[in-house]
Amino acid sequence: MDIGPILSTLRRHKITAMLLIVEMALTCAIVCNAVFLISQRLERMHIPSGVAEHQLVMVQVANIGIQPDAKARTQADLDALRRIPGVKQATLASQVPFTNSSSNTSIRLTPTQKLATVNATQYMGEDLIDTLGAQLIAGRRFRADEYLDYDAVVHNLDLVRNHTPSVIITKALAERLWPGESGLGKQFYFAGVGVRVVGVVKALIRPSLSLGDAAAHWSMVFPMRMSSDNANRYLLRTDPKDRDRVMAAAGKVLRQLDPNRIVLAKKTLDQLRADFFRNDRAMTATLLGVIVALLTVTALGIIGLASFWVAQRRRTIGVRRALGATRAHILRYFQTENFLLASIGIALGMVLAWGINLFLMQHYELPHLPWTYLPIGALALWLIGQLAVLGPALRASRVPPVVATRSV
Amino acid sequence: MLSYYLQLAWRSLRRYKTLTVLMVLAIAVGIGTSMTTLTVLHVLSGDPIPAKSGKLFRVRINTFPDDRFQPTDKTPDNLTRRDATALLGDARGDHQAVMSAGSGVLITPQGEPMRAQARYTTADFFPMFNVPMRYGRAWNGQADTAHARVAVISSQLNDLLFGDQSGVGKTLQFGDASLRIVGVLGSWDMNPRFYDLSNGEYGDSEQVFVPLSTALDLHLGTSGTMNCWGNAKDAHDLDAPCIWLQYWVELDSPAKVAAYQRYLHNYMALQQQAGRFRHPAQVRLQNVMQWLDYKGVVPADVRMQVWLAFGFLMICLLNTVGLLLAKFLRRGGEIGVRRALGASRRDVFMQYLIESLVIGMVGGLLGLVLAYAGVALVRQQPTEYAAFVHMDLGILLMTLLLALVASLVAGLLPAWRAMQIQPARALKAY
Repeated sequence: MDIGPILSTLRRHKITAMLLIVEMALTCAIVCNAVFLISQRLERMHIPSGVAEHQLVMVQVANIGIQPDAKARTQADLDALRRIPGVKQATLASQVPFTNSSSNTSIRLTPTQKLATVNATQYMGEDLIDTLGAQLIAGRRFRADEYLDYDAVVHNLDLVRNHTPSVIITKALAERLWPGESGLGKQFYFAGVGVRVVGVVKALIRPSLSLGDAAAHWSMVFPMRMSSDNANRYLLRTDPKDRDRVMAAAGKVLRQLDPNRIVLAKKTLDQLRADFFRNDRAMTATLLGVIVALLTVTALGIIGLASFWVAQRRRTIGVRRALGATRAHILRYFQTENFLLASIGIALGMVLAWGINLFLMQHYELPHLPWTYLPIGALALWLIGQLAVLGPALRASRVPPVVATRSV
Repeated sequence: MLSYYLQLAWRSLRRYKTLTVLMVLAIAVGIGTSMTTLTVLHVLSGDPIPAKSGKLFRVRINTFPDDRFQPTDKTPDNLTRRDATALLGDARGDHQAVMSAGSGVLITPQGEPMRAQARYTTADFFPMFNVPMRYGRAWNGQADTAHARVAVISSQLNDLLFGDQSGVGKTLQFGDASLRIVGVLGSWDMNPRFYDLSNGEYGDSEQVFVPLSTALDLHLGTSGTMNCWGNAKDAHDLDAPCIWLQYWVELDSPAKVAAYQRYLHNYMALQQQAGRFRHPAQVRLQNVMQWLDYKGVVPADVRMQVWLAFGFLMICLLNTVGLLLAKFLRRGGEIGVRRALGASRRDVFMQYLIESLVIGMVGGLLGLVLAYAGVALVRQQPTEYAAFVHMDLGILLMTLLLALVASLVAGLLPAWRAMQIQPARALKAY
């Protein structure tokens, strides 16, 4: 189609055309960035945890005061929990993924190194790796004789100082400490104590991501037994369909064993993950809302302006029709006009999108906008433009040729 | 004249109903979203203690040993117990308090155990933060030194335990500890909880307040960030290499602030001389608003939402400008007639500007309704601060002002173009 006449018409409506172009450019730019932000959030919300999320239940309790027989009580708790039908494994964990509460320590590769190499989180609890369902990819599990009571170690560090305890770490941490090596058999140090890596798990997410997503999988597991004095999160592994029943039963069992204890939280790991990322979810919903609202407002703007142009050019359309233009010609005229305006808007919008991204990068922790997001905005704008202009264009195509003969 | 223009505007708006509705809606939605996000920002960046925020200072010093010190690291938020005790002993401020968060279990009259949030602190906490008392009074400095077995409880806890009677003089069983209640707080809502942001930035005030010395004696459970280097049997020991205590000081004049800065530098110099560390002294003294800003209490998401909303408002305005322009120019004939009959350009300009303003004000009022709905929606969100977001008079007035300015800006160009229509040409085409 010859775009010459369209251009010469637009030149007569410079300001209105320009406004429409700027509006579409802004919409395109914001939509590109909003889609990018959504993808970032989704990626974060789906970060792998390395544990059997759908099979885990956490029950967190609080006890009154200090218990002299904490160790025996904990054993009784665990025995009772393991007797609940459907419970495959149960342990008392020092910390649990997606709870935001964690114990972390700085690791050094040599005992004399001044500044720490990395900060990693420490998981403890009997049979924790199997209860969590973390996947061992190298080395071995802890032997039963390697386990120590956490309380005993805290009160007498010589228990660990002299015999290099074992540790199991994640692949990500091994890769960070010894790039390119498995890490198996290596030693590292923290708080003056040396430990040796006996196993590597594929992944195990830290309970808190406050140190950034890059450090998300820097985790260690120690062969320590916790007691109700120093830990309060029971972890139960069960079949996904049994989770609700097991969770209710576990709460009841724990209250029966000690009526003065409070069950602070009973949650599946799926719920914990959902809670953990609730802000990201809320933001994703907001961004989606913004995209829909933007496209709607822009579409309404296009409809409004196109309707006016159609009304304004009724006589011209009539003349064209009288001179032999078909309805399809007229329809295509307005569609092409919108396509042209949208294209200019999109071109401008891409530049603007880049600019907005640079601004966001400066103020928020955001990577560069990958160019693959630009076509999304372009497509959205072309589509919205064509849909919006269809109504007015159809109305234009129905203008009868006889209009040409009337003076309006 | 004004009423005539208003009448004209009304007639014109009624003539193009769909278009009018479109423009009003665009402005309303733009204003509604902008004001919703601004309300959240306004509430979150508000001053929790306006009467005193400039006089209350968070004290931070870096007493890490040299092998833990990195000049590029931030100065830690908390102090070791040894440093906090030394600063408290010197008492160089008008008021000063050291504190930690904690929690414990108590038994309700119904026999149900319940977890209570606690704050372990020193006597000045109450006068320093303007804490109102409903019954009794807070403990004094002597109680701190005597490790007195006393507690102050919140109004809500008092009502739960003792109904509408005062709990002063009664015993509070908090975990293993028996504490005599000496005071009951009045209504005291500090949001954000600026004095300790590490246990949730927003929420109700603590239910139990206990002297720090007493809490340490009784080994009551603490919570919050505990950062240790080296080994300690108990991280709460006086000489434990652990930072975990918050320290606040009240300084009533700029001269006192400067003097306190000097005092802290002297203190650090003394520590260097004593051989604790050799690294340069890091001393930070921040008032409440500086502290909140430093801790980034306003979530990044909220700021981003404000940017998004204003981008959206701009698009809505561009939309309105385009529609107004098309509409006004279409009425070229009418304008020509008015001009030919003697209306000046100024008259035409005013007429169309007022028409834009009418659209803007209707849009603004509708936007206000939408903003109320938006705030209600924000309050449904599962965020910590949701419950504290509310509209106030300032925001209400700002909404209307924004609508006025927005419609003025939107109407300016179309009215300008309308006024420049040549009567002769317009009439000829008519």
